[in-house]
Amino acid sequence: MDLQKKKELERFALNIRIGVLEQMKARGFGHVGGSLSVADALAVLYGSQMRFDPKNPAWPERDKLVCSKGHAGPAVYATLALLGYFPYDMLKTLNQPGTNLPSHCDRNKTPGVDMTTGSLGQGTSLACGMALGEKLRGRDTRVFLIVGDGEADEGQVWEACMFASAKRLGNLVLLLDVNGKQLDGCTKDVLDTLDLGAKVEAFGFDTVRVDGNDVEQLYSALERTRAGGTKPYAIVMNTVKGKGVPDVENAKSNHSMTVSTEQWGIWLDALKAQLG
Amino acid sequence: MDIVYDGSMDPRAFKDVLGQTIRQLSADDPDVIYLDADLMSCIGTCQWSAENPARGINCGISEANMIGVACGLAATGYKPIVHTFGPFASRRVFDQVFLSAGYAKNDITVIGTDPGVCAAFNGGTHMPFEDIALYRTIPSATIVDITDANMLISVLRQLKDMPGVKYLRVGRKSAAKVFADGAETPVGPAIVLKEGKDVALLASGIMVHEAMQAAKQLEAEGIGAAVVNVFTIKPLDADTVKKYARQCKNIVVAENHNRIGGLYSAVCECLARENLARVDVVAVNDEYGEVGPQDYLQKRFGLTAGHIRETALRLVRPSAE
Repeated sequence: MDLQKKKELERFALNIRIGVLEQMKARGFGHVGGSLSVADALAVLYGSQMRFDPKNPAWPERDKLVCSKGHAGPAVYATLALLGYFPYDMLKTLNQPGTNLPSHCDRNKTPGVDMTTGSLGQGTSLACGMALGEKLRGRDTRVFLIVGDGEADEGQVWEACMFASAKRLGNLVLLLDVNGKQLDGCTKDVLDTLDLGAKVEAFGFDTVRVDGNDVEQLYSALERTRAGGTKPYAIVMNTVKGKGVPDVENAKSNHSMTVSTEQWGIWLDALKAQLG
Repeated sequence: MDIVYDGSMDPRAFKDVLGQTIRQLSADDPDVIYLDADLMSCIGTCQWSAENPARGINCGISEANMIGVACGLAATGYKPIVHTFGPFASRRVFDQVFLSAGYAKNDITVIGTDPGVCAAFNGGTHMPFEDIALYRTIPSATIVDITDANMLISVLRQLKDMPGVKYLRVGRKSAAKVFADGAETPVGPAIVLKEGKDVALLASGIMVHEAMQAAKQLEAEGIGAAVVNVFTIKPLDADTVKKYARQCKNIVVAENHNRIGGLYSAVCECLARENLARVDVVAVNDEYGEVGPQDYLQKRFGLTAGHIRETALRLVRPSAE
């Protein structure tokens, strides 16, 4: 990746983080930790990998994203707003009455959201069905699936992994967001996932491990998935929950946070200052 | 509607008709995809799926994943038809059906075989008396309790093209033949099988045959019993239910299901506002299932023509008790 592309993707990720905080500031609370940890992955996906058209969200040939950790909806919404799927100002309606931006991703409400998620684990099977459907349709589209490490507690994730491998879904790319935390605390304390990379590899995925907050590593890992083939891909992303906002990174509990408008504003200003 | 009921059994087993119909629908409609969770051999689709791996997908013993995969296929424009046994097609996958299919608007058809006592020798663990109750709580779901093989063919062909969550429950053995070969039974309207003025027997599934037998016995005792096949549990044909409530003033609902949450509940909810009739029920009385031959289980759980007759008599001639 050239330096200019790297800077472009890093700036995209920074703008996604700003968009996340804009939503939370307007509402006062939200799933901030897990939204910030996947910002870099979303920037690289939409900034360098995926085929899409914001003017035609239902374009059948588009690549699809299933954010199975549906509570990262605000990060997806920020990405889509920045790409022009809907006006940026709409971000301020997060979780307001009648909004099209609910906490968890909803394909029937938000332009550009490809699948409804929220009940953890279910997005994995949905993505498998979509990838299988694309294959059967003979299309060269790819399906990207973001799963949280806490979410990997769900048995359905592993049913889906078996399926993806057995049905040779080489057009499926699983991005595991290993931020080490879940709602009640650290994953190793709540229910130790052990080595998720070894697990998905054992399930038959072509697996690589990356720093999931490093756009260059994400880019390289995603580029090699273009080869397709007969094995599904897994990118195990080591990330920091709350990445980019030190107070959130350091908070003991950062899955969902409620802070004052002033506090959201201070964090937002710090991010905006990085835009230069 | 061409009714051919004479009490005799259809020589065709449901399981064979189900497998044949799925294969035929796949041949007729390139968007139909059939998914199963290691129970293809139970409905005769195993060999066909092996020969047509893009049309018959074996998901292994992972029902939750199967529902999600079906929903993902629906999002890609396919019309998935999913099969497993009734308990796994309902309570085991309830959240997946509710959210991945219903809430997310991924339209799928779910077939649950061996409902209620039809689970027979698989016993209590496999005996869903609550599948209808669960599906009824899914907004806009369509629920059908199949009466005979010809209805199965007609209804499955309709369901694949209908929007929303569609749940079809059917046994695997044969049932009494009610509808003529080639008959169409449109999903929704209840079907009047027999007229009567004193009591209306509203029945679905295997209880239709029992209701017809009960009606015959009641006629011999001077009681006119109408029999209405309310095979579409949701959306309920409220007009027909109310019509027979007004006409007969007495209603007995007969269903192979817990009395809580099924057809009886639907009928009571429909009639509660207007005091049109007295309603009683022949159904499972809030119990778990158990193992045994189906005829034993029908007696054990009170699901026979005799139970329907007694219940009707109590309504029509309360003083005779």
